[in-house]
Order: sequence, then C-alpha cells, then structure tokens
Amino acid sequence: MSDLLEITGLTKQFPGVLANDNISLTVKAGEVVALLGENGAGKSTLVKAVFGLIKPDKGQIKISGNVIEYGDTAGVIAAGVGMVHQHFQLVPVMSVTENIILGDEPRRGFFINRQSSRKQVIELSKRYGLEVDPDAIIEDLPVGMQQRVEILKALRKDVKLLILDEPTAVLTPQEIDELLLVIRNLAKSGVGIVLITHKLHEVMAVADRVLVLRGGKAIGFTSPKESDEAGLAQMMVGRSVVLRVDKKPAKPGKAALEVRGLQVLDDRKLLSVKGVDLTVHSGEILGVAGVEGNGQRELVEAICGMRHRVSGQVLVAGVATKDMHPHAVHLAGISHIPEDREKHGLVANYSIADNLVLNQFDQAPFAKGWVRNISQVNSNADAVVEKFDIRTPSAQNLASSLSGGNKQKVVVARELSEDLKVLVAAQPTRGIDVGSIEFIHNQLIAARDRGAAVLLVSAELDEILSLSDRIAVMSGGEIVAIVDSKDADRNYIGRLMAGMKA
Amino acid sequence: MKYLSKRNLLIVLIAAATAYFYSKDGSVTTSVVSTATSFALPLALAAMVGIMCERTGIVNIGIEGTLLTSAFVAFFVSSLTSNILLGLAASIAVGSLLGLLLAVMAVTWKMDQIIAGTIINILATGLTSFLYVQGRTIPSTFPEYDIPKLMNLPFFGPVLFMHGPLFYFGLFVILSLYVALFKTTWGLRSRAVGEHPSSADTAGVSVARLRYINVAIAGAIGGLTGSFLSLELVGSFERGFTAGKGFTALALMIFGRWNPLGALAAAMMFGMTQAYANQLMIDQVIQIPTQFIGVLPYILTIIVLAISAGKVRPPAAEGQPYEKADA
Amino acid sequence: MSDTKKKGFDLGNWMIPIIAVAIAMFIAGIMMKLQGADPISAYKTLFTTSFGSVAGFSATLGKATPLVLSGLAVTIGLRAGLFNIGAQGQLISGALATAWAGYALTGLPAFIHLPIALAFGIFFGGFVGYIAGALKAYRGVHEVITTIMLNSIIMALSDYLVVYHFREPGQLLTRTSEIQKSARLPFIFSLPLGFFIAIACAVLAWWIMTNTTSGFRFETVGRNKFAAWYAGISVKRTLVMAMMISGGIAGLGGAVETLGVTYRFEPAFNAGLGFDGITIALLGRAHPLGIIPGAILIGGMRAGASNMQFVAGVATELVDLLMALILFLVTAPLVTRFFKNTTSKSVTGGW
Ligand SMILES: Nc1ncnc2c1ncn2[C@@H]1O[C@H](COP(=O)(O)OP(=O)(O)O)[C@@H](O)[C@H]1O
Ligand SMILES: [Mg+2]
Repeated sequence: MSDLLEITGLTKQFPGVLANDNISLTVKAGEVVALLGENGAGKSTLVKAVFGLIKPDKGQIKISGNVIEYGDTAGVIAAGVGMVHQHFQLVPVMSVTENIILGDEPRRGFFINRQSSRKQVIELSKRYGLEVDPDAIIEDLPVGMQQRVEILKALRKDVKLLILDEPTAVLTPQEIDELLLVIRNLAKSGVGIVLITHKLHEVMAVADRVLVLRGGKAIGFTSPKESDEAGLAQMMVGRSVVLRVDKKPAKPGKAALEVRGLQVLDDRKLLSVKGVDLTVHSGEILGVAGVEGNGQRELVEAICGMRHRVSGQVLVAGVATKDMHPHAVHLAGISHIPEDREKHGLVANYSIADNLVLNQFDQAPFAKGWVRNISQVNSNADAVVEKFDIRTPSAQNLASSLSGGNKQKVVVARELSEDLKVLVAAQPTRGIDVGSIEFIHNQLIAARDRGAAVLLVSAELDEILSLSDRIAVMSGGEIVAIVDSKDADRNYIGRLMAGMKA
Repeated sequence: MKYLSKRNLLIVLIAAATAYFYSKDGSVTTSVVSTATSFALPLALAAMVGIMCERTGIVNIGIEGTLLTSAFVAFFVSSLTSNILLGLAASIAVGSLLGLLLAVMAVTWKMDQIIAGTIINILATGLTSFLYVQGRTIPSTFPEYDIPKLMNLPFFGPVLFMHGPLFYFGLFVILSLYVALFKTTWGLRSRAVGEHPSSADTAGVSVARLRYINVAIAGAIGGLTGSFLSLELVGSFERGFTAGKGFTALALMIFGRWNPLGALAAAMMFGMTQAYANQLMIDQVIQIPTQFIGVLPYILTIIVLAISAGKVRPPAAEGQPYEKADA
Repeated sequence: MSDTKKKGFDLGNWMIPIIAVAIAMFIAGIMMKLQGADPISAYKTLFTTSFGSVAGFSATLGKATPLVLSGLAVTIGLRAGLFNIGAQGQLISGALATAWAGYALTGLPAFIHLPIALAFGIFFGGFVGYIAGALKAYRGVHEVITTIMLNSIIMALSDYLVVYHFREPGQLLTRTSEIQKSARLPFIFSLPLGFFIAIACAVLAWWIMTNTTSGFRFETVGRNKFAAWYAGISVKRTLVMAMMISGGIAGLGGAVETLGVTYRFEPAFNAGLGFDGITIALLGRAHPLGIIPGAILIGGMRAGASNMQFVAGVATELVDLLMALILFLVTAPLVTRFFKNTTSKSVTGGW
C-alpha cells in the first residue's frame, strides 16, 4: 500500500523568508503525525502546499500516489483530504450549513438542494458527536463553536487524511481533551492525521510520530516514546529553553490602574464583559488568563478607550479616564500594546521613524507648534532602532518592510518610550519569533521594575504563568478568580478558564 | 431588521398613495406609473451591474462609462449596419469587454478599484466624444410589443405589459439574478467570494475565475442597459448621453442593500418621484424651474444615501484584491 | 504613491508618465489615421500652437492655471484617502461666486477687490466640498457618489441662478455681466498672474504636507484610519477638513479662471476643468508638485486643440481621448512593470 501523503523535498521561498527548506514527510493511514515548531517555523506553509494553496518552488506532493497540482484545491478535497485551517475559513454572514457545503453543494440542477444540505450537516454532526445548529449564522457563534464547524467542514467528505493547523488555540483545556479523543478515534478508524501545534503536552498525548520544524528546516523525526517535553522543546527552539523568565519578586506599590464594574458590548452588541473589577498596582504584572473570546479583547479595548464602556469606570491613579477616546486615555497615562498591531499599532506605509512618534507627533520635541521637527523624529528613531535592536537597514524604511517581531518592537518601543505609569499589553508576542518574544518579555519585566503597573492579556497560558505576579482568570466575560502566581497551577487555572467551579 | 421594516413602510406608503390617486383618476395615474416604470428599469438594470460585481467583491464605479460606451456602440453599429439587432449584440459584447478590462485591472493587476472604475469612465467619455459624429440615425427603435391578454389588465397591463422587448428582457434579468444569487450554487459561491474569499478558495472555489466571470457578465448587463437606453427608450445618442445614470445606479444598489429586488424597488421609488413631479408640473400644482427637473434624482440619491449608507453592510471583501496564501 | 514621500526623486517614477504620454499619442495617432486625418500634422499644430510662441505659451499657462488647482484639489483629497470627483462642481461654484463678486461689488480698489473676489471662490468651492466631506464623515456616504451628484446639482443650480438672477441685463445668452476692471488678474511679463498663484498654492500644499502636523494628520488618516484614530487624530474632522480644503482649492481654480481668462461666468466656459484634475492628479502620482507638468501638458493640448481642428481637421475631443489613454497607461501597471516591481496599493477607501 502506498503512503497516504508523501511530501518529498518541498521548498518554498517567500520574500525574505525561506519558509520551507527541502522538507520531506510521509503519513500512513491510521497514523497521527504531529508537526511541531514555533510560530513562523513553516508549519502552515507546508500544509497549505498540500492543500494546493501554495505553489512550492521545489519538491513534490503526492496524495494516495497522485501528484498534487498548485491551485487544484477542489481536486485535493475530492481525493479525501480535509483541513482545519489555522485562521477559520468560514464566511461570517452565512449559515453553518452554507459554510459546510460551500464548494461541493448538493444540488438539483443549478439550484442548491436545501433539504439534503441540511440533512447532511445534521448527520455529520451526529456521526462525530460535534453538535451544531445547522441554521445558525457563523458570526453569531462563539469561537469554540466556530471551530467545531470548521472541523465538521473538514470531515464532511469521507476523509482519508485530516490536517489540523493549530486547532486547539481557541479551546479550553477540557475541549482540547475532547478534540484529542476525536483525533484518536479517527486514527483508529484508519484516517491519517497531521496535527500542527506548538503545545508539547498535546503532542505527547496523541502523536505516533513527530516532525520538528525550525526556521523552515526539518530538524528531525522523533516520537513521544523516544523523547519527553523538555527534549521536544529543545528540538523546537534549538537550545534549552527557560520555561520561567528570570525576575525578581515584585514590589507592588499603590493602585495605579483600577477598573470598576466595567460592562462592555462586543461587535455583535452582546454583553461580553459583565461587570469586571480589577486593580493593578504599580510595580506588578497582572496577567489575565482565559480562552480567547471570553471578553478579554473587549475588556482591553474598553480600558484603552477604543470601545464604549456601557457602564463602569477606568481610573488611573484615582482619576477617571475618558470613554471612547484612545488618545485621551493614553495621555491620562495608559500605554497600550494593541492586539492588532497592523490595524491600530502601525501605519504600514509610513517610515519606522514616523511610526515611532505616531501618538506624539504634535508634541515637543517632535513638533514646534504647527511645524514638525523632522530631524528630532529621525534622531529619536535612530536611537530607538539601536536600543530595541529593530532589524532594519534604516529607520527611514517603511514599517511594512519589517518582520512581525520587529514591527511589534516598534510598537513596544513607542509605548515604552515615555515615563510609563500603566501598560496594557494585549497578546504582545503573538506570531513573532523567539528572539523578539524574549526581548519583549524582558521589556515588560523591566517596565514593572521601573514601577509601571502592567496588565498582560494573553492566550498563551505559559506566557501568563511565567510573567505574571498575580493572575486573573477570565471566563464568560467575568473575572472568575484572582490567584497569586506562586499558588498558580496549570490544571487549576485550566478548569477556571473552562468556567468550572474549581 | 429594523431598517427593513422602515423600508417596507416606504414601499407601502408609495403603493397606498398610488392606489389613492388611481381611485381618483385612473388613466393619469396609470400613465404616471408606467412612465415611472420605463424610467426605473434602466436604472435598476444598471444597479444589477453593480450588484453582480460587488457581491463577488469588486467595486465597479465604471458603470457610467460602461453604459455610455455601450449606448454609443449600440447606436452607431445599428446606424452603420441598419440593423438594431447587430447594435444590441455589439453593445453587449463591448459591455463584457469593459467588464473584462475592469477584471484585469482589479483582479490581475490588483489596482485600486475606484481608480480602475474611474479610468473606464474617462476612457468612455474620451472615446465616445472623439468618435461621435452628428446627424446619424437608426432605422427604428425596438418596437413596443404588447403582451396579449395581460395588456388588458387594468393598471398593470399598461404599467408592465406594454413595453419593448428589451424591457421584458431586462426585467427577466433582474428577477433571474435574484434567484441565481440566493438559490443557486453559483450564487452561494459568488457571495462567499465577496464576503470572505479565502473561505471560498480553501473550499476549492477559484476566486479569480469567479470574479472574472461575474464582472464580465455584469459588463454584458451594462451593455444591455446601454442598448435599452439608446435603441428602445430614446432612439438617439449624444455626448454625455447617460447623464450620471451609472452613479445613480450605485446609490440604488446601496439603498437596495445589494439585493436585486431591493434595488428594483429603490429604482421604482426614484421613477415614481420623477414621474409624479413631472405630472404635478404639468397639472401646474407645483412649479419647479426646468433646470431642477433633471437633477431631482441626484438630490434624491444624496438624501437616500445620507439616510441609509452608514447603516447597510456592504459585502465584506469589497474593493480588496484577494491575496492568495501564496502572495 | 506612498514611496515617493521620503525617497524624494526617483527617476523610474517620473519616467512612467513620460512613456505613457508617448504611447498614448501613438495610439491616438493610429485612431486619427483610421479617421483619415494626418496625425503628424495634427500633433505638430497642437504643440506649436501651445508651446511654440510666447503668446501661445502664455495661453497654455492660462489654460493650465485652473488645471493645476483642480489637480491639486484632487491630490489633497487622495492624500487623505478621499477621491474627490467633484472638483468640477466645486470649481463652478467658485467661478460663479467670484464672477458675482467681480461684477456686483463696485468702487473698490484692485488690491481689495481682487482678494475679496478670490475669497468668494474659495469659500463657495470649500462649502461644496464641505457638504461631501460632512456626508462622508458623519453619514458614511461615499464621496465619489456625493461629489458626482453634487456636480450635476451645482451645474443645474448655477444655470438657474444665471438665468433668473445674475443674468447680464438685456442679454439673451446665459451669462453674467463682465467683472469690474478692478477685479481682473493682471499679467506679469505677459504671463498670467493666476498661474503663479496656482504654483504658489502647489508649493505651499507640498510644504504643509511634508512639514506640518496638519499634513501628518491628513496623511495618517489617508493611510490608516484606525491607527489615526488610535493615535488621537480626529478622523471625522480630518476628512471634513480635507474635503473642504480640496473644494476650496478647486473653487480658487474657478475664481482664477473667471478673473484671469473669462472675465464673466458662463456655464459652458468651465466644462471639464474639474474632471481634467483627476487625470492630472493621478498623472502626477498624487504629489502636490508632480501635478504641475501634467497640468501644463494638458493645458497646452487644450490651448492648441481648436487650431488643430482648424488645420488638421481632427476633433478637439482628441484631447479627451489622449487624456484617457494617458491615465490608463499611468495607473495600470503596464508601463510601471518595466520600472518597478510594485503592485499599486489602495489610495481610496471602500464605500
Ligand atoms: N504569504 C506569505 N508571504 C510572505 N511570507 C509568508 C507568507 N506566509 C508565511 N510567510 C512567512 O513564512 C514563514 C513561515 O510561516 P508559517 O508557515 O505560517 O509558520 P507557522 O505556521 O509555523 O507559524 C513566516 O516567517 C511567515 O512570516
Ligand atoms: Mg501557522
């Protein structure tokens, strides 16, 4: 029997990044292969190539012995490959059924056969025990439910090969366990599975074999039997990893940031922050742990003046801040590393220098009255590029020319460059390289040690655990517990995140 | 939903007013509404061009240019060949070519779509005014064809069933587009491409191909509209013949919320306003300086958009070139 | 067009329009040939008329003046992410208002009368821009549609005003009286003063864009509205301001045309000037100084067109065709491809 999936010598060059460098991989029926690697290691690129979404520069991909052509995604799907994409591939305004049938619709002539579409979805959902409402509109569903739709979509054809690209990022630890169970059962029934993740315990739990990628290169194969979590981690980053960041004990001072009875609506006008109270003292890091989509984003945006506060107050050093005015909030003393750096943090086709003064371009020394002081802007930029190790030939280059990690450094540098009272960091290390992650972590701790109050929101539980002095767990729009990080236990926090009474 | 009811209320109000006028003076009201229908149909058809494009994510502000060019081609080909059917065919061909041009600019070259549309408009003005010659005529317009039996219906007969063939065909196009958009696989895929192209792409639907096809078909509808104007409704052509109808159509598209029937209703509303205003002028009930009669639709457009634009949600991927994963 | 901001002069960038013009002339030449005219003689007449003599060049600059301003108006809008197709209507409002101030205000010395008349043009042009800007900022109505609609509305309104209220007494033509001598823009070394005003405006706009906080606000809003809002820039106010300034500049274009060339308002006089501004702005890559050569080129073609029709028998609309072709070639990456490997990024927003 030939292999289900056979990748040989796959190479893909993106502008400035060799995303896949001569990678080979085979997957047999009934086997679970984990692709392990850090953000940017090239995992998604590899599986997108399998799905015909990316054109390899070199190498070949065969599914059940047949060569895959770039662009023939429909053919790949027909050959029995299903994929759960890292970024949901769902049309927000359409129903669950419409999303699942898209691309291969049950039809009567030109028309879509609504009844049989709906029936298919219901059967599918029964078969895998993943309950969904076939008529619900995607954008009205919580993220976990959307993930379910995404999985059902991948499973719709009798799949022989199922690819899951970081499917657990938006799930609670308990939902993750359920998903891993589904994966194991599918494998038992003969489906070949490629599971992408950078969470080591998931790999240990289900994988038969592990391929570790780093910087686009295949570092090697291993298996949970031959290796342990520490060994995997070392392969992944290429050196032994410090799981805990070095930091001195916190010396918390006065309350710097106070959130009182905050209520906020999400984009769908549903109450998603349901009366949150928080106090962050100067000189401490308060981490907010939680599964994405439990109101963290809305909480941060409301604190930073980017989203309307339905009720409640946000105070800096006892003074209330203005609603819906990010700049006023900024001037009141809250610096913010926004979650969406491309949208809010940067102007892509401005120079790095201009981006570094984006929120103070009209203040001294960068402007004298109406006239900008361009030479000050430039000398500031040169100093910051040096100090924050922003990798660019010149501060005059456009921000869009930077890599993700360096873009984030620009944002961080700008927010830290002032006398900092309160820093709100939302997903500050998402999607960036390890070097930059370490750098930013150290900056956050340095800011704390200089006396800033830091509110850290992250979907990475490990990040929260290693940086925070206290941890607030958010679930269903509420802070369900605040624990001292000394007493924090992964499992316990996981249960709180899932909304269980621990 | 809130706005839907407000909108429906408007339609009901207009219908009620019409019924009231009809009860008072049947023949005048019938003629007013039938004028309104003739006025509305080309606008509605032109709005279909916009809907076709925007539903798959391409902004088309070149409708005006498409109408102008195809009306020009329809007229001059008919005139040169003495055959209006050839004129019609040529205008549809030219319309789809302009659609393809937009597709090349927007999909393949990933140009700014507003600018791409503007280029089509300016190109259309330049070409038609350079090539225009005065004093030509066409053998005839498309003749009115009254549908037997149905034409005898009171009110609805004259309003709907006593028109030329392109009118009926246009109406058919609008209704089919509605069905196609919401009931067929093509429609589902097109809307997916307009809302979230990568979802369609990962489901095996070719975004670029569908956009090309739809924009070209939209162009053909624009061509049909041009023919309708110059070969059926008016029977002549001058420089600047379409006088902004292509832009009004965009407003109708927005007001009709990217729904063919919505745009048709909006166009009817425009037509009725215009026709009633004309009638009131004739009856000497109101007096509007002649200069303003023609711009009534534009004023209406601005008012309508000021009410509705911020509240409706256009297709999410509109105006953005699709960057495949393999950019 | 973003990369021109800091990099300054880039030869590749400026070769593109030149090559585009050459190709456009070639294509239009073929079309003339097909019509049975002689393209060589047509082009020769066209360009010797407009650039071959001092008087001709002066006329060219006269024609170029409102074009520089309408091109600048469109450019200012583009910089803030707005596509102002309404320069035409704004220009006409300015022209009419200025004409009224020019003939109705009497007994003023030139140094008072002239600025007042110009201010009328700026104000009314700006007001029309303001309407579109406010509708965009506060009601979310796309400026392309409003400005197009406003063009037609203003055309009708000005026609009405001239027919019923401002018509020259005893005149059958639809036109106002001639402006007072004190409101006429003088010539300097037989070149129109208006042209220098226009150039000064372009230079000033360029300086403001690159060196002031207001310029930075405009550009930030144009490039990333979210980041602008986040950084404390009032996006709505900036949009309204941009549209108002854009309209004001277009209005000034109309004013200068009235005070320096036509000396009265007549609806047909200003046809197309605002639309030419779109081509000129895109030709100049939305750079406040980049529009000047384009405006002079197109001004020259407009100035020489009727003589060309007379000598070579080619319709004056050839200029429209040429402009359309040039615009297409400049914006489409056809020519660009040979110089740079860039894809054009969006300069305008969605609906
Ligand atoms: N379309 C693209 N264009 C340019 N670079 C890309 C593109 N997609 C991915 N990359 C780059 O390729 C590298 C690998 O990305 P990816 O495969 O998404 O990593 P992973 O899934 O392992 O996190 C990253 O450096 C990323 O920035
Ligand atoms: Mg990935």
